[in-house]
Amino acid sequence: MNRHTKSILISLLKHKQISVTRSHFTYYPDKNVPAVLLSEGVQKMNMFQAINNAMDKALEEDNTALLFGEDVGFGGVFRCSINLRDKFGKDRVFNTPLCEQGIAGFAIGVANAGATAIAEIQFADYIFPAFDQIVNEAAKYRYRSGGIFDCGSLTFRVPCGAVGHGALYHSQSPEAYFAHTPGLKVVVPRGPLKAKGLLLACIKDKNPCIVFEPKTLYRAAVEDVPTGSYISEIGKADILRKGNDITLIGWGTQVHVLLEVAEMAKQQLNVDCEVVDLVSILPWDRETIVNSVKKTGRVIISHEAPLTQGFGSEIAAQIQEKCFLYLEAPIQRITGWDTPFPHVFEPFYLPNKLRCLSAIKEIINY
Amino acid sequence: MSFVRQITKFSQYAKIQSYFKNISAAPVFHVRSYGSVPADDPSTFPGAKAPFISKPEMIMPTDVAPIPIYRVMDSEGVIVDSTQDPQLGEGLVKKMFRDMVMLNTMDKILYESQRQGRISFYMTNFGEEASHIGSAAALEMRDLIYGQYREAGVLVWRGFTIEQFVDQCYGNDADIGRGKQMPVHYGSKELNFVTISSPLSTQMPQAVGAAYAFKRQQNNDRIVVCYFGEGAASEGDAHAAFNFAATLDCPVILFCRNNGFAISTPSTEQYKGDGIAGRGPAYGIATMRVDGTDVFAVYNAMKKAREYVLRENKPIIFEAMAYRVGHHSTSDDSTAYRSAEEIEVWNSKEHPISKLQKYMRTKGWFNEDEENAFVKDIRKQVLKQISVSEKKLKPNWREMFEGVYDEVPQHLKEQMQELEKHIAAHSDFYPLKHFKN
Repeated sequence: MNRHTKSILISLLKHKQISVTRSHFTYYPDKNVPAVLLSEGVQKMNMFQAINNAMDKALEEDNTALLFGEDVGFGGVFRCSINLRDKFGKDRVFNTPLCEQGIAGFAIGVANAGATAIAEIQFADYIFPAFDQIVNEAAKYRYRSGGIFDCGSLTFRVPCGAVGHGALYHSQSPEAYFAHTPGLKVVVPRGPLKAKGLLLACIKDKNPCIVFEPKTLYRAAVEDVPTGSYISEIGKADILRKGNDITLIGWGTQVHVLLEVAEMAKQQLNVDCEVVDLVSILPWDRETIVNSVKKTGRVIISHEAPLTQGFGSEIAAQIQEKCFLYLEAPIQRITGWDTPFPHVFEPFYLPNKLRCLSAIKEIINY
Repeated sequence: MSFVRQITKFSQYAKIQSYFKNISAAPVFHVRSYGSVPADDPSTFPGAKAPFISKPEMIMPTDVAPIPIYRVMDSEGVIVDSTQDPQLGEGLVKKMFRDMVMLNTMDKILYESQRQGRISFYMTNFGEEASHIGSAAALEMRDLIYGQYREAGVLVWRGFTIEQFVDQCYGNDADIGRGKQMPVHYGSKELNFVTISSPLSTQMPQAVGAAYAFKRQQNNDRIVVCYFGEGAASEGDAHAAFNFAATLDCPVILFCRNNGFAISTPSTEQYKGDGIAGRGPAYGIATMRVDGTDVFAVYNAMKKAREYVLRENKPIIFEAMAYRVGHHSTSDDSTAYRSAEEIEVWNSKEHPISKLQKYMRTKGWFNEDEENAFVKDIRKQVLKQISVSEKKLKPNWREMFEGVYDEVPQHLKEQMQELEKHIAAHSDFYPLKHFKN
């Protein structure tokens, strides 16, 4: 990994507007918040603050919980762990050497010993050195030992996704690589409220979990977040907008692209889109998806990651199998191209709202 | 040029000489005196605390003498330095000996049973019995062990039974691991032995993490010991483990079994430095190197290592030198890459069991008839266990879907039902009678 690139990126991220790029989405704050959560009190938070708040709660509630990774001690390059070292001590919130396979292996060991590990991989693009530890070790620990050892109390936090100018190694969405690994749980929040709930759920879950956090939302996404502890269920998709004509499926930042597309489709084409945030990549909520598609008969799946073997393929195959007689048009996948994630061409690479809207037109006229 | 070389060689010789004088002390690295700048002019670079020099110097690997190998007994089983005699009682020494013999005997039979096609795979421990037993004897049962795959002796010492070993190799319904892994991938919660996995070195940073978690527990009296071969030490995970253990101050003994070979690759093609121990100082880790064919040397050094690790909350790199007498595994014929004569030396004169046997003879603790009877009894037990274990049913095939997660998720329940239906329709095709129902 290139530290120099990273520091440039970080300094860029601190400035809200960057001349050559602009955000490809409009943030839609969470509206379907259960009243129970709100009753405990809420606070306006952006996503890094919500994540910070979740980890604060986790460290407070569980004395064995540890938070570690590269540059986590001073608050993290995205500020997610800010003030936590001061509050909980440097034996609980600490920097590791710069080595992802070490971070992952160390986290597994902490969890083997029964303690709670919250490990940060600085960018999803740099999770690959830890791939062996995550795929061959963490995911298979319980299975291969006949259940006598496990590393269920570990969670990886991993910033992912497009950020406007991250190019090849600060933009990737590697969820599909991990979706192919039995034993893991993989989730992607769409904003602050979900990020806190999912992170707390993953930390408490008895299986190794990966939370891919779309980093472009760290500052851009702001909404009311309950101040108390709460859990957002893993494996459960959220229907964010009801509709009868087409089901739009996405996760992470792309959910907001799809919400805007649904507005455009309504206004320009008088098409009612149902927008589903898949939330959980593994295990994923087939029931919610299948029910929605049986109702609408048309589907668009959209993700930033490349098309071929992206997680959209799995969803499409399952829909085809379960909803064959209900489909009125071929399932469409609007995704990143099968190229590395480019720098100056990012506006042409992303599955933006216009590409999604064109797909809607095609699918309606099929 | 040749003059300079000679000087270097001479100074090296002097250094080695001084090591032999201090052989019982911890290895001390030669501090070079560069002499051109006064010592009170230190550099202020954050990355290293070091003096300046005014001439470019290359530090050659040969400038540092090899880390010496601690031993207590010579090849004849004679204690070289009486102060190093661990003075273990007859009972303990006999347990050490018998556990080594038991491991050796079990290995021979299970190796043969693989050749006969009765189990699918096996890996022996020939020549490394002393490093297993000597180290295990110096530890407490509560200490957590992470292994590679050639550490069955640690389990023998801790009380893993012949039944448990053989059941694992057969993957039958009595196997703790539920028949999911290849033979010799043992694990035991009760014996604090973390289940073995095939990917090399992955256990190393894990052991470090577990040690960190132990350190944080109140009044911690547990350490972690992580075994690995010298080949595995070339993996990136080994580097990660050394560096994390050092920077995060973890009470872990990183125990390298340097047996000279990684499958066919000799250690000369594995590294150029002074073995694995030579890396310790570079990571800022205390280091020990011992004769791994000398059970007392391993025992003494491990006792000392354990004390240090627990007292200081710091790691140790521990290198036990040995020779892999057996083939790498049942899938390997090692005479393809080394001579039978070379193997024979290590299988007789330099063998850990024969050394301890000689020691016991001088003590009057070795009774030939008793030991022959013991070996015969172990053989009988293992053979009997093989016939019992191979008749035991395998676990219910539905267990294939269990343990992936803490609870079986919906999609796996459906896949299990799908297979259930399929098997019902094609039951003749599947070996159902060998599996529990």
